[in-house]
Amino acid sequence: MISIKNLHASIGDKEILRGINLEVKAGEIHAIMGPNGSGKSTLSSVLAGREDYDVTEGEVTFNGKNLLDLSTEDRAREGLFLAFQYPIEIPGVSNINFLRTALNEIRAYHGQEEMAAKDFLALVKEKSKLVELDAKLASRSVNEGFSGGEKKRNEIFQMAMLNPKLAILDETDSGLDIDALRIVATGVNKLKSKDNATIVITHYQRLLDYIVPDFVHILYKGRIVKSGGKELALEMEAKGYDEIKKEFEIAD
Amino acid sequence: MANEILEEHINKDYEWGFTTNIDADEAPKGLNEDIIKFISAKKNEPEWMLEFRLKAFRNWQNMVEPEWAHVSYTKPNFQDIIYYSAPKPKKELASLDEVDPELLKTFEKLGISLEEQKRLSGVQSNIAVDVVFDSVSVKTTFKETLAEKGIIFCSFSEAVQDHPELVKKYMGMAVPPTDNFYAALNSAVFTDGSFCYIPKGVRSPMELSTYFRINASGTGQFERTLIIADEDAYVSYLEGCTAPQRDENQLHAAVVEIITHKNAEVKYSTVQNWYPGDKDGKGGIFNFVTKRGICLEDNSKISWTQVETGSAVTWKYPSVILKGNNSVGEFYSVAVTNNYQQADTGTKMIHIGKNTRSTIISKGISAGFSNNSYRGLVQIKKGASNARNFSQCDSLLMGDKCGAHTFPYIEIKDKSAVVEHEATTSKIGEDQLFYCKQRGIDNEKAIGLIVNGYCKEVLNKLPMEFAVEAQKLLAISLEGSVG
Repeated sequence: MISIKNLHASIGDKEILRGINLEVKAGEIHAIMGPNGSGKSTLSSVLAGREDYDVTEGEVTFNGKNLLDLSTEDRAREGLFLAFQYPIEIPGVSNINFLRTALNEIRAYHGQEEMAAKDFLALVKEKSKLVELDAKLASRSVNEGFSGGEKKRNEIFQMAMLNPKLAILDETDSGLDIDALRIVATGVNKLKSKDNATIVITHYQRLLDYIVPDFVHILYKGRIVKSGGKELALEMEAKGYDEIKKEFEIAD
Repeated sequence: MANEILEEHINKDYEWGFTTNIDADEAPKGLNEDIIKFISAKKNEPEWMLEFRLKAFRNWQNMVEPEWAHVSYTKPNFQDIIYYSAPKPKKELASLDEVDPELLKTFEKLGISLEEQKRLSGVQSNIAVDVVFDSVSVKTTFKETLAEKGIIFCSFSEAVQDHPELVKKYMGMAVPPTDNFYAALNSAVFTDGSFCYIPKGVRSPMELSTYFRINASGTGQFERTLIIADEDAYVSYLEGCTAPQRDENQLHAAVVEIITHKNAEVKYSTVQNWYPGDKDGKGGIFNFVTKRGICLEDNSKISWTQVETGSAVTWKYPSVILKGNNSVGEFYSVAVTNNYQQADTGTKMIHIGKNTRSTIISKGISAGFSNNSYRGLVQIKKGASNARNFSQCDSLLMGDKCGAHTFPYIEIKDKSAVVEHEATTSKIGEDQLFYCKQRGIDNEKAIGLIVNGYCKEVLNKLPMEFAVEAQKLLAISLEGSVG
């Protein structure tokens, strides 16, 4: 699905990713954990194609294509989806209109025809149930006036609508109460298939009680310093990141 | 709906910049009393009309071109303009077949050609249209259908001939010939325009529309529109305009007057797309227009909606004088400037009657090196008890080389007035663009989405077909301005 090799990225003069190696296969769920400032969100931004970052070294192959050569929108059209940590508001643009534009852009990229309005609305109805999203939210402006939980649920709703190959959930658990967390996680689990993959970026282990990962990676100072199964997450939770910090202390 | 429009592929350049080779009947360049007499004679006008023109001209000669607007440009040389240009043959056209085929081709080429063609040929249309090409009105459709209801919809020249009593009574009521420099100039040299009268108790069964096109080189366009809604009447009126791409600046100085009687309502919508000049600011239309309505009697309503995307320089303040008690004035505006365009636009709401209400929603969008100003006056006269105004002026900046300015003037002479003013300035967010792109939407479409969302309150006020055109225009006007 995605193969990341020796990925280095910086913002301005500051190098944030210092050689990431990661291989994610179809059907897998990977969790990336790490203390604040370890580069978790940078990794998701770089993969999604945010222009603030310079990739200085390394390569990323996504479905056989050189991901770094693709524009942000083409990465999305190829099936890479980022659930934002802080979803953006777009006043005056309805959720439905936004998603319909996105969906049809993706379809056009793959040489498919626009989805008929009727089918689209049926899809909206079906997928909004998945995250228990109020139908009213679908017709409201994108994320405008949404509560924190609604915004996160809306991200998963969009993910359900766009049906990506690889979804990266960037701290989707942050700011969620336990009920919202459960709803979001249930949605993600239902969307899981043998053909897609998920990267869950999180600070806490809590989310991983609901979305059970096949692999857990610990990111620290721009490198993956430890990888293991789901028990690694529990270990981190018990010990905290201090041990990692001690063990992998490196000069900036 | 916005989707479908935004999904269309759009050409980056001004699409309407072609010229049509049509034999034109022109006046010599320059402006003096002889030229005015020439125009008046060409139009076979009665003596009173010529007098009106000459009086306006004499006034104009003593007036100074206004400089208070936040725009800078080389003032037009008024002696270097052709004040009359008419496509030949200039005879009464009985059917579409008689319209010069070149002219029809022109309309075919215009962005809204299909609709226009339909309107012109009268197929499945619910819009009556008056087409003004350079200085004269070439065709008015659906005249007969409208006449059955007693609605008069014709060129201004015809109205002068056929309905002199109405023209005499109402012309200059909202915009007196002495009103301002450009209005005086227009009053002296106007060549044609549209005239519309909706009789008592009649709701116009279709939307009425004027389509303005400047074609000939070196000409100015000075048209006049006069709309009168008698008691309990209603009409929705649309105005569209384009011009060829020329290196020279061409002057468009129009006057639009609206008069509403008791319980009457007029909704006037404009999509202004005059040639804005090229990327370096060369050429383009100077759009110096006076538009004003009077709610003459009680419970009447005038609503202006404008989407301004064109012109090199825009100077325009569609206003409402709220004379009748309980009358309502509305102004909804989207003004987009890109490259080196300059716009100084807004409105005046003059509250005279009791319980009068006005709403102003202005959305400015500046990109490139452009300057976009909102200038508005809310005036509550003494005795206009319980007057209310709500104003909202938002500015959106794209890039860091453009300017957005707001000049709100508020004058209150009555203590019972309630006046609210809200203003915001924002930059189109890189975050918003990234969010859209991450969902597979490219830069141009993303800008289209965000901008249309930002303008939604105004676009919603436009009649359906016009809204579609306006959304397209917004996207075209802003292409290449971010990213």
